[in-house]
Formats: sequence, C-alpha cells, structure tokens
Amino acid sequence: MRAVISVIGKDTVGILAKVSNICADNNINIVDVTQSVLQDMFVMVMLAEIDKMSCSLSSLSETLGKMGSEMNLDIRVMHEDIFNSMHRI
Amino acid sequence: MLNLNDIMETISMIQNENLDIRTITMGISLLDCADSDIDRACEKIYEKITRLAGKLVATGDEIEEMYGIPIINKRVSVTPIAMLTAVSGGDPVKYALTLERAANEIGVNFIGGYSALVHKGFAAGDRELIDSIPEALSVTTKVCSSINVGSTKAGINMDAVGMMGKVIRRAAEITADRDCIGCAKLVVFCNAPEDNPFMAGAFHGVGEPDCVINVGVSGPGVVRAALEKCPDGDLSEVADIIKRTAFKITRMGQLVGTEASKRLGVPFGIVDLSLAPTPAVGDSVAHILEEMGLEICGIHGTTAALALLNDAVKKGGVMASSHVGGLSGAFIPVSEDAGMIDAARSGDLSIEKLEAMTSVCSVGLDMIVVPGDTTADVISAIIADEAAIGMVNSKTTAVRLIPAIGKDVGDELEFGGLLGSGPVMPLRARLSPAKFIARGGRIPAPLQSLKN
Repeated sequence: MRAVISVIGKDTVGILAKVSNICADNNINIVDVTQSVLQDMFVMVMLAEIDKMSCSLSSLSETLGKMGSEMNLDIRVMHEDIFNSMHRI
Repeated sequence: MLNLNDIMETISMIQNENLDIRTITMGISLLDCADSDIDRACEKIYEKITRLAGKLVATGDEIEEMYGIPIINKRVSVTPIAMLTAVSGGDPVKYALTLERAANEIGVNFIGGYSALVHKGFAAGDRELIDSIPEALSVTTKVCSSINVGSTKAGINMDAVGMMGKVIRRAAEITADRDCIGCAKLVVFCNAPEDNPFMAGAFHGVGEPDCVINVGVSGPGVVRAALEKCPDGDLSEVADIIKRTAFKITRMGQLVGTEASKRLGVPFGIVDLSLAPTPAVGDSVAHILEEMGLEICGIHGTTAALALLNDAVKKGGVMASSHVGGLSGAFIPVSEDAGMIDAARSGDLSIEKLEAMTSVCSVGLDMIVVPGDTTADVISAIIADEAAIGMVNSKTTAVRLIPAIGKDVGDELEFGGLLGSGPVMPLRARLSPAKFIARGGRIPAPLQSLKN
C-alpha cells in the first residue's frame, strides 16, 4: 500500500528533511520524491510505502499536518488509489 | 510515478472547489421485518438497521481519512414503510419513530423510506401512511418521506395527487414554527428510482438486494472551475470539459463506493452521477450555467445550457462507473443553491422557468418556497404538471414545495445546513384548478409506455 504525501507552501530550509524524519521515525519507506514550483507555490510530492509503518495513517496525517501548520505549509497524506482512479483509465 | 499536475489537480478540487462525496447511502430491505404485530415489527426494524448499518458512519470516516476526500453524509434508505403498514395495520407513525431512534443510534443524518408507491392505485397501508405523513415528519427530524404518484408505464394517479396537495399543506402548517421544515423532507415523485441515494427521496426498492451501498457524488464547483479556464471556447469544447470533469468526479465515487462495500461486506449498488449543489459559495449549479455565458440563471437560454450540462455529466460519468443509477443528472434545488437563491430573489428565476428546466435535467421542482396561502388544489396541480413531464418524457420528476405558512412573496424561509434558505416565489394562482383536481381518477399511461 502506498500513500502520497503532498506539501504545498512557501519554500523554506529543511522541509524535505523534516518530512523524511517523521517518515523514518515511523518506519515508512520513501519510494520517490518530486518537487517543483507551480503557480508561485513550492510543491513537493512523496510516494511512500506504508505497509510496515509503525503508526496509523490517521496519526501520521495528524503529525505531518501539525508540523505543516507550524511551518505555514499544507501537508496532506492520501492513499495513492484516489489519484490512480481519477487520472488513469 | 504519478504526474505532479494530476496530484495537484485532485488536491485543488478538494481544497478549493468543494469536491466531495455527497453521500454514502446504505439501502436496507425491511421485508423480513413485516409482522402482524406492529410493535414486534418495529423491534425487528430497529434490530436490523442497527445491525447492518451500525458501522456505516465509522467506515465512512475511515475512508474519508484514507483517501483525504470529504464524505459529507452517511444515510440509510429502507423499504417503503407502507408495505409494512399493510401487514401490521396500526398507526404508521410508530414506524417513523422507530426509524428515528435507529438513525440516532447509528449516527446517520437522514433515513429515507417513509414512503408509498401508489402510481396505479392504493393498496392496503398506502392511504394510512399518506395520511400520517404530516405527523410523522413533525415528530421526527431525520425521517424522510416520498410518494410515487405516477409512472410512464402506469400513468398518473390523480386521487393520490389530490391527497398530496393536502398532505403538503398540512405538513407545512404543523411545522410552521420550525420554518415549515416538514415539507423539506417530503418528495412527490413520478418514475421514482428504486436505488436513489439522495434525500429526501431515497427509499429501498422491492427489486433491490437485502442490503446495498449506493454512492452519490457531487462537484458543481469543480465543473465551474474547469469551465472558468475556457472563457472563449465554443459549446462543443464546453461539453468536452464537462465530460472530462464528470469522469474524474465519478471515478472517485466508484472508488469510495467499492471500498465502502468491501469494508462493510455489502454489495455495491450504483453511483448516482449527479451534480448536487449546496448553499456554500462555489458549489452552485446555477453558477455553472452563468459561467457558460448567461448573465444570471433563469433567463432565456437557461434550459438549453442546462440540457448541455446534464447530458455531458452523464456522458462523462457513465464510463467512469461500473453501475450507474439513482437520479443521475444535475439537481436544481432552489434553496440549496447559492446562485438559484440569488436568481429567485432578483425575480429572474421563475417557477415556470424551473418547470421547463426540469424537463431536461434530473429531479424536478425542488426546494421551492411558495406563498403561505397557496391552496392544496394549486399544490396538487403543480404536482400534476410535473408528473406529466416525467411521465411523457420517461424520466424521473419530483416536487418538493414548501408553503411558507403566514408568509408571502418578499419573505424568506431559513432551514439551515444543507437545506439552505429560500425566498417565497410567486405562483400563477389568481384562478383555480380545483375542478380539474377534484375529478380524480387516473391519467392514462402515454403511448410511450407501449414499447413491447
């Protein structure tokens, strides 16, 4: 099972490090990372394996969301199937 | 790897354009709960609903968390209660109170099926149930009622149409202290679908399995935002954009529906491909029509724009889902749509235009507030007109009118929440259709019904 972690906001030092740290703490393997600037916003998307994660999806989502709001970033964790089903036939 | 733009598009739809799953509705058959003792029947109903739908709300919340997509409503629809009344006799309001108690226990916000199907005539239990509707809707808050008075195959039962005019007035009168809310939970149908997940018209048809999950998607805001990016395209392009957007919205409904059915161990029924507005800013069907180039919804051109929208939504959605059903089309409930409310207030949207619009989209005259002195005959005549449109065009039409007791044109009713608020709209009621309605009997099925 894979989840998409998306980070949107103003680019600052250490975003990637902080998000990856939380993932590592919870035994989540990051498979892929893409980042770009879209419409003046910094956008980072991580694809993460969550099969062996040591916490629940909701607590991961809460931890990342809290860290995001402290750094003025919008961070979301969503199952990859929603993107696959919406954009692929 | 997923495309970054695709991911951003999905997130933006949810975050900025009000994309959501409007409802996961569990249909539950109560046929095996029928009993000649009404109290025992009520016990069986309570037990069956709480057993099958006990985890519905929690499961909906889990799926919401997993996919990051809001699921606004979790609801239950049941077998038309008139059938149980036929077996048990007694006061049908007992069933309404049982449904309310079960809804409170499992945490759903509406439960539909306080219904009777009388398109060809009344069977045992039907008249009793219809007579009890005003009281049932006044002593409960979550129970929704619907009556099917016509179909393309059977014609229109004008005796039932006559009764429903009186029932709607009565339901408004006894809930007048609560902005006539009783009528907001009561729908009169022609060609009612048996698998509709949307309230207030949802009931679990007799041809349905014992238990089933149906999903209603939404997304007027997403369609409008997509059209905004194409300000000068011709209408073929507009239709294409709507189709593509509807496809994406429906795929999400299919995903959530199959996941819910897997987790609850209940078969997946259908996705209802509807554009369901809410009073929230940016979630309006009227605004889509305005984005197409109408200065305001309700002026000449509105019917054509709506026909294009409705057809494109179906074409886009149908390939995205394994089973499509329910109402499937654009909804135009006046009080639940910010753009419609504005157009009704300014007088640009009239009830006659709404009636024309119902011939090219799903549902019918929905959530329309009419003057408090509107007679039962006029309400019945409006129902008859609307049922005739449904009957002749082989489509679902419905009437959900709210007579604003003690109020007149210029006043407004405020229902709150998803039901919104609506200005009282003027009717053409200077002269009366009373004699036509009093004739009763049946309007015969049209030639269109003879397809065999």
